[in-house]
Formats: sequence, structure tokens, C-alpha cells
Amino acid sequence: MILAGLLVGTGIISLCFGSANISPAKLLPALFGGENTIEHTILWEVRLPRILLGLAVGGALSVAGVILQGMFRNPLVEPYTMGISGGAALGVCLAILLGLGKKFGAWPLPVAGAIGAAATIFAVYFLSTEQGGLNIRNLLLIGIMVSFICSSLITLIMAVSKVEDLHGIIFWAMGSLEQSNPMLVRIAFTVSVATLFLSYFFCLELNALALGEEEALHLGISVENSKRLLFLLAAIMTGLGVSVAGIIGFVGLVVPHFMRLFLGGDHRILLLASWLCGGLFLVFCDTIGRTIISPTELPVGVVTGLLGGVIFVYVLCRPERKKQCSI
Amino acid sequence: MLDISGLTCGYACPPASLCEALRTGEAGFAIRNINLRVADGEIVGIIGPNGSGKTTLLRAVTKVLNPTSGAILFEGENIRRMKARDLARKIAVVSQSAESGFMTVEEFVLLGRTPYYDRLRFLESKNDLEKARSAMELTDSLKLKDHLMSRISGGERQLALIARAIAQEPKLLLLDEPTNHLDITHQVGILDLVRRLNKNFGLTVIMVLHDLNLAGEYCHRLALFDHGEIRKFGTPEEVLDYRLIEEVYKTVVVVEKNPISRKPYVLAISEAARELAAGH
Repeated sequence: MILAGLLVGTGIISLCFGSANISPAKLLPALFGGENTIEHTILWEVRLPRILLGLAVGGALSVAGVILQGMFRNPLVEPYTMGISGGAALGVCLAILLGLGKKFGAWPLPVAGAIGAAATIFAVYFLSTEQGGLNIRNLLLIGIMVSFICSSLITLIMAVSKVEDLHGIIFWAMGSLEQSNPMLVRIAFTVSVATLFLSYFFCLELNALALGEEEALHLGISVENSKRLLFLLAAIMTGLGVSVAGIIGFVGLVVPHFMRLFLGGDHRILLLASWLCGGLFLVFCDTIGRTIISPTELPVGVVTGLLGGVIFVYVLCRPERKKQCSI
Repeated sequence: MLDISGLTCGYACPPASLCEALRTGEAGFAIRNINLRVADGEIVGIIGPNGSGKTTLLRAVTKVLNPTSGAILFEGENIRRMKARDLARKIAVVSQSAESGFMTVEEFVLLGRTPYYDRLRFLESKNDLEKARSAMELTDSLKLKDHLMSRISGGERQLALIARAIAQEPKLLLLDEPTNHLDITHQVGILDLVRRLNKNFGLTVIMVLHDLNLAGEYCHRLALFDHGEIRKFGTPEEVLDYRLIEEVYKTVVVVEKNPISRKPYVLAISEAARELAAGH
């Protein structure tokens, strides 16, 4: 409830501020009246889609983080340590290098990202599967290795690409919620909400998995099946986030961690709360990013990294922190 | 209740702790050709040296390990054909390995209701809460309800584990060294509780125990494991025979009778005492 309130608040603030400030008092009239004013256009066509996209991506990344951390009982796991984002980034870089973006408009980059994410998911998944079971330790190590390989390949691509492509790659790699295609925003939002909904089918499994895989089995959970589907779900969410918004670090790591700290380990609450809080965090960071050095924009990935990292370190170093909190 | 016939089962890729068992076994298997019949309402103790395959047997019964040959029948039905959820409504496990994370005792016990949830139900019903409550009452852990699992003592933790198992409303309870690391008060407390559950609710119990005396005192029958095979299955009097124990454990012992319960108990004889006895 509190989170939902905060979310609305952040949404309003985010609507108000930007390169052109609109005072809160003028917000409602500008939103619902005056079809042809500049404010109306800015709000409906620039800021609102951005907020929706921030919600979708932030929510999806956080829920993916909750799922992966819960599944692996490891607080360091997040979508980006699994190699998924590396694969997506590689896909996008290849697309930029081949000049697909210039030929076909806004679509090729997200699609290439999704393909890259899917390819790495399957590679990591099959490499770490043994005897019909998913080996979690292998999965983690292979995920990290794949991340490294992908980032090396990206550096390689950057080294051989043209200057204007280089700029595109760098800007994409820093992450941005700027998305000119309203259709993509709508798709991203729908997929994000749908995957959140689907993840609720597994909240009990996640709760039981917190006790360990063998214990979960004792409680009647078909562990292998659940792990497979949860992994797939997390992969879809990450793929979505990376392909439409680029690499936005820390959301999938920090938000689930915080939520566990404050709300405990019940995934029935955690999933929704993380989705809301992740969305909120990203929208908030994006608002800061596009106002702080206005009219120039700071990439949102930079803001999440700085803000999230600093807060995270602060919370972990507090003397009275609850030591057992990390799952 | 439980009928195990010709069971052979083990680890293809052994964890380090099982290396000892595997070195002595053939083809890397931890337990071989196990035949065990557990009747309704019985308490069966599994004893044997470290690495003799006691826990492996429990893991086979809960389907964590798949048997390479042989079958385990629960109430006449092969457990391989039962769904994990259906099995969890009938067999509950108190294991050594449970991680409890960051949750209260009540939340932990409520997890025992997991096999009773429907696909689309997330919230526990009144019935679930009541079942968890009565499980905590039975195990005397109700007063710990709001404590964090990570902040309670080893004995209390064991109680919470048993409460969770009871919340599953099982017919068969498996316990893996329930008295491990506990003082004698808690050891007796836990085993008295198991005995009460067995007597009052007809719960069938199979438990792995290290302490031969407690095993002899509390179990109706004992299965003595040695190198992955059952060396002897029978009443405590039959199994706790000093020759058998000396052979399997490679330790000199004396077996006496408990003056009150008339059950056998086993005393280890130290090297110094042996030398002294030999000198006389």
C-alpha cells in the first residue's frame, strides 16, 4: 500500500519535471484538457510512455532478481550475473554494427537484444544441465563466464566499429528509457505485468525452495520442473528489460535485496512489492537523470548504479544491520 | 506401511562425505540390496557407522535419489509412481540439512502445509493456520511462534522442524539424527515427543540415530547398517548384541540391561580399561 502510494507520488513528480518544468497545479489541466498545448504533448507522448517503460523494465528486472535469488538462495545472483544481459548486449551491438537500425527503424535493436538474451539463456541452461537436473553452482559459474565472454566480444566489436556506431553502442550500453516507439512501450508493459502474474504461480515453490532443494522436495514441490520454469520466466523478464532499455544495472540486485530486508522472505508479498519498488526506483532514477544536468540527460544506468550502489553499501555497513537478512 | 525390496541406490557423482562409503562399496554405490518392511505404527531405528548408508536410505524413500534397482512400496503403491505432492501428504521428513532463512517459527511451520495448497491459492486458510498451531502446541513450540528461526537454540529448532513435519499430517515420519548436537534434556525431550506422536496418533516412524542406547530405548525394531547393507534387522535385544556391535563398529563394548526399562544399552570400553582388564 505504502509502495503504491509512493509510486503514484513519484509518477507525479516525474511527470512534472523535465527539460520543461510543469508545475503540479498545472498538471491535471494539462493532462486532460487542452489537446493542442505543448504541455499536453510533452506529458502524453514523452513523459508518460517513459514512466510506463520505467515501471515495466524496473519491475521486470526486480522480479527476475527476486526469482533468481530465491531459487539459488544466493544474494549475489541477479539477472546480469547470469550472462543474460551480456548476450542481449552482444545481440544489440551486432545489430548496430550491421547497420540494421538505420535500415529498419526502431525494431531491430530490441529484437536483436531478445534473440541474444534467448541464445545465452539456452546456452547457459544446456551447459549447466546434467542428468536431467539443473546444477545451480555450474549455472552460476557458466553464467559469469558467458558474461565475460560477451563483454569481451562487445569490446572487440567496439574496437572495429565506426565512430557513429560506437556512440550508439555506448549510449545503449549505459541504458536509457527513451523509446520513441509507443507500440514497444505497450508491449513491454504488457509482458512485464503478464510475467509478474505468471510468477505468482510459483510463489509457494519459491518459499519452499528457501529451505533448500531437498527440503522443497520433501514438501511436495517438483523441484526440477519449477526451477526450469522459474529460470525461463526470469530470462524472459531480463531479456525484455535489456532489449528495450539497454543495460540498467543494480535494479535486479538492489531492489530484491532491500525488499527482503524490510518485508521478510515471503515471496507472496515479495514479488509484487519488488515489482512496484523496482518500477518506482527506476522511474525515480530516470527523473533524476533527465533533470539534474538538464537540458542534457544523464543515462539512467549511471544513476541507478551510483544511487543504488551507494545506498546499498550504506545499508550493509550500518552497524545494527540484521546479519541474517541476506536470504 | 513401507515395503522396501531389493533396493540398490547411490550417488553417481559422490559428495565428498560419502567417499568412505563408496571406497568400500562396489561400482560407487552407497546402499545395496536393501530389504526392509516397516509395519503400521512402528518405530524403526536405523543405526550403523558413519557412511554406512543410513541417510541414503532415507533419501531413497523421499525420492531425492532414484533407485537403480528394487522398489519402495508405500501402502502397496510404488513411490516412483506417486506425485511429489501426494507423497508429501503422507511422508514428512525432519532432516539435518534444512536451511531456515529469515523467517519466524510460525512461517516455517506453515510451510509444512505446502502440499495442501491448490494451484491458484496463495494464502493459508483458517484450517492451515489451525493445523500449524496445533502442530506447534504438540511440540511445545507455540511460545516460539514469533521468534526468528535463526535466533532459537538447536533444541528449539529441532522442535520447530518436527512441528513443520506434523503440519504435513503425515502417516510416516522420517527423522535424520534428530538428537544430533543436543544435550541430554533435549535428546530425551525430542524422543519422548516422537514416542508420544507414535502412541497417540499411530504415526509410523523411521529414524536414523547415532546413539545406540537411545535407539535401543525408543525403537521397536532396529536395522543395523554396515557398508551399505543391512547387517541385522530385529528387536533391540537381537541387534544390540555385543559381538555384532564389536564387529560392525570395530570397537570393544559391553552390553547390559537398563535396570528400569529392561532395554539393552551399550558401553564403550576405553583402551586403558581394556589393558587394565587384560592385566588382571
